[in-house]
Amino acid sequence: MLFELKNTTASAIDKKLNQVLEDSGNTTTSRVLTLVILAEQGHSKLAVEAAQQASHEHPSRIIVHIAHEADAEDRLDAEISVGGEAGASEVIILRGYGKASRATESLISALLLPDSPIVAWWPHSVPENASEHSIGKIAQRRITDSARAQDPMMVLRQLAKTYTAGDTDLAWIRLTLWRIQLAAVLDQLPAAKVKRVSVAGSSKSPSVVLLGAWLGYKLGAGVHLTTKGADRGLYRVALEREDGKVMLYRPGRSIVTLTSPIGPDQQISLPVRSLAECLAEELRRLDPDKVYGEVLTQAIPAVEMVVDMNAAEVIDEVEDFTEEYDA
Amino acid sequence: MPNSAEKNPLRDPRDRRLTRVAGPSALVFFGVTGDLAKKKLLPAVYDLVNRGLLPPSFALIGFGRRDWSDDDFRQQVRESVEAHARTSFREDVWNQFQEGIRFVQGAFDNDDAFERLKATLAELDETRGTRGNHAFYLSIPPKAFEQVLQKLADHDMAESQDSPGWRRVVIEKPFGHDLESARELNSIVEKVFPVDSVFRIDHYLGKETVQNILAMRFANKMFEPLWNCNHVDHVQITMAEDIGIGTRAGYYDGVGAARDVIQNHLLQLLALTAMEEPISFNANHLRAEKEKVLEAVTLPENLEEAYAIGQYEGGYQGGEEVKGFFDEKDIPADSRTETFAALKVNINTRRWSGVPFYLRAGKRLGRRVTEIAVIFKKSPNLLFGGAADNTGQNAIVIRVQPNEGMTLRFASKVPGTQMEIRDVNMDFGYGHSFAEESPEAYERLILDVLLGEPPLFPRHEEVELSWKILDPFEEYWEKNKVKPEGYKPGSWGPASAHEMLERDNRAWRRP
Repeated sequence: MLFELKNTTASAIDKKLNQVLEDSGNTTTSRVLTLVILAEQGHSKLAVEAAQQASHEHPSRIIVHIAHEADAEDRLDAEISVGGEAGASEVIILRGYGKASRATESLISALLLPDSPIVAWWPHSVPENASEHSIGKIAQRRITDSARAQDPMMVLRQLAKTYTAGDTDLAWIRLTLWRIQLAAVLDQLPAAKVKRVSVAGSSKSPSVVLLGAWLGYKLGAGVHLTTKGADRGLYRVALEREDGKVMLYRPGRSIVTLTSPIGPDQQISLPVRSLAECLAEELRRLDPDKVYGEVLTQAIPAVEMVVDMNAAEVIDEVEDFTEEYDA
Repeated sequence: MPNSAEKNPLRDPRDRRLTRVAGPSALVFFGVTGDLAKKKLLPAVYDLVNRGLLPPSFALIGFGRRDWSDDDFRQQVRESVEAHARTSFREDVWNQFQEGIRFVQGAFDNDDAFERLKATLAELDETRGTRGNHAFYLSIPPKAFEQVLQKLADHDMAESQDSPGWRRVVIEKPFGHDLESARELNSIVEKVFPVDSVFRIDHYLGKETVQNILAMRFANKMFEPLWNCNHVDHVQITMAEDIGIGTRAGYYDGVGAARDVIQNHLLQLLALTAMEEPISFNANHLRAEKEKVLEAVTLPENLEEAYAIGQYEGGYQGGEEVKGFFDEKDIPADSRTETFAALKVNINTRRWSGVPFYLRAGKRLGRRVTEIAVIFKKSPNLLFGGAADNTGQNAIVIRVQPNEGMTLRFASKVPGTQMEIRDVNMDFGYGHSFAEESPEAYERLILDVLLGEPPLFPRHEEVELSWKILDPFEEYWEKNKVKPEGYKPGSWGPASAHEMLERDNRAWRRP
């Protein structure tokens, strides 16, 4: 069910929403969090869809604020949808013009679920300072997506500068399956010194940098990032150990080949995950991700990282490879 | 030596995104053509692979009498995965998985077959890299346990002392049919496998809601102060099925509801509901608390008034004509096997003194439901007495299945000028707050076996203690040739079950 309210106010929206929920026999008591999506004009559809899918695992109230022209006349329009496509969530899309184009606590607080965690998500851009943002300040969790920026190094430096416990980034979340497999491989190997870590993927992918930094920091090794001509996301990571090489290589989108000093090559399911899957993982725990904070603020400056844009790379031609920001 | 998780520099206790993946291993299924294997076990294994929780060097071996090649078996696995797996079927994942699938043809007493199994395992250690880690899953009738275990021992597959890797064995209920047979069975298993390599599967313990009992009790502050005999009047634990025994007469006749369900599932639920807080989730701590409370269970002195047993009759249940127990195929006309059993037990601890626990289980009851209801004492109702006499008895109901969740029942004022009181429900649905992605119980349990994490598996001592609780009832029924009372299909058991609670001035909840 979809309801539109033109030129309205937050309390009118709240009233309408309560009435709609009551009429449909839905109550909001089992919603576990409020997700506030801070979107730009014309780009919100994918983010909303992902949030709705993620709400199957974490039933939530989704508030999407779309910033329209700031110099237009002050005006707030809203769309409410519950049931059907909205999945296990209720979605409120706010279109703000003029003063309402700025998402602030004052603007939306009537719509937040009482006493439930708030998650703020910037799907398109990295805000100047997430934790100082009016919504970011009241949120337990602030999700950015550094992969949307042009220069990963710069944006990561920016994130590091403003990092506050509770910040997290989708470029880091996308790495989880890789990190799980790398840790599992090392569980099976004898301890050995790692001479060098190398990670290959797009020069635009912050995931490549984050993975390199994490590995370099934890393993105490220098990191080599190979980014030449790679118009695809993270596709290979290798640890050069004294006893041989551990390598995960994924030319396509789902199966990675594992090479290790012991035993023959093996294949593991390591699919590229959708935005919804990454978001669902992110919403599973709302306490600060300290390891991300450590990688961002300590590992990146400390680890010696060489970016090699000229290495001769031969990548298997496959039909279906990953997007630049994928991991 | 491989890195242990502690020495792995990539592991960090703060890094909670890094879930554990099972190490290289081979899982051998005995009884792979059974219903359970087809509908639950094989799909669960695939789901684990698909979720990336099993290592690339995982191998699956079916052992059975069918004249199958590896490829025939692969086809079987594929069919059951496609029909029953929870996650989507992915061709590339399947291809990777199926390379590690083998079938060993043979009977349970055939030495050549076990020699072939050994060779197959050795081959997989070599080619697939399973590194001598072998788990044997016995999804077979207990009669065949001894034979299979003996053969595993004879062919040096059970011992891992002289060879690398671990050996584990997984067994399913029933763990015997009384204390003596349980001990016998256990001695057979533990003769071959060391105590901590034996994993007894009670799939109920793999269910999210059952694990949630611990979270609900010990992660919250508001329930625990009430969780004792000062406030609780009694506890009802119910596991009801709306179906009959179907074609399972061969298994069911002579076993009955008490042995089939109460001895294992219901007493485990009782233990989790009544136990003290363990100091950690460590298997030893958790099991110690469960054992303490099971050991403190006492039976009422007058056993005759502490049970009710029944057999379902034929009739018209919920829109269809159904057979009575004696009309089911292969049930002898003089069978005294109960299809419904209700028991009353006490727990002789400071916390539970004077609080009876009523357990009931049966077939062809009103609906399929498993729940734990903690019923509180009545409030004195000085203010709201009179008409409101039947209200004000609070309850916390933990619904194990279906509609997993919890209900809180309390009194509320009816709108209007008079002070009328009515009971209302406050509901938490697991599925509303954390929807659909709950893994199957077997996924969790199989993964735990491969990771070697035993907290969710009952130890032999718990099995023994459960039999010690049930055996006096079974012996009483046997000695007095107690004939179960008939009950209508779709009802909540025989009249004697209701009388049993009426004697205590209580009534069964209608689940």
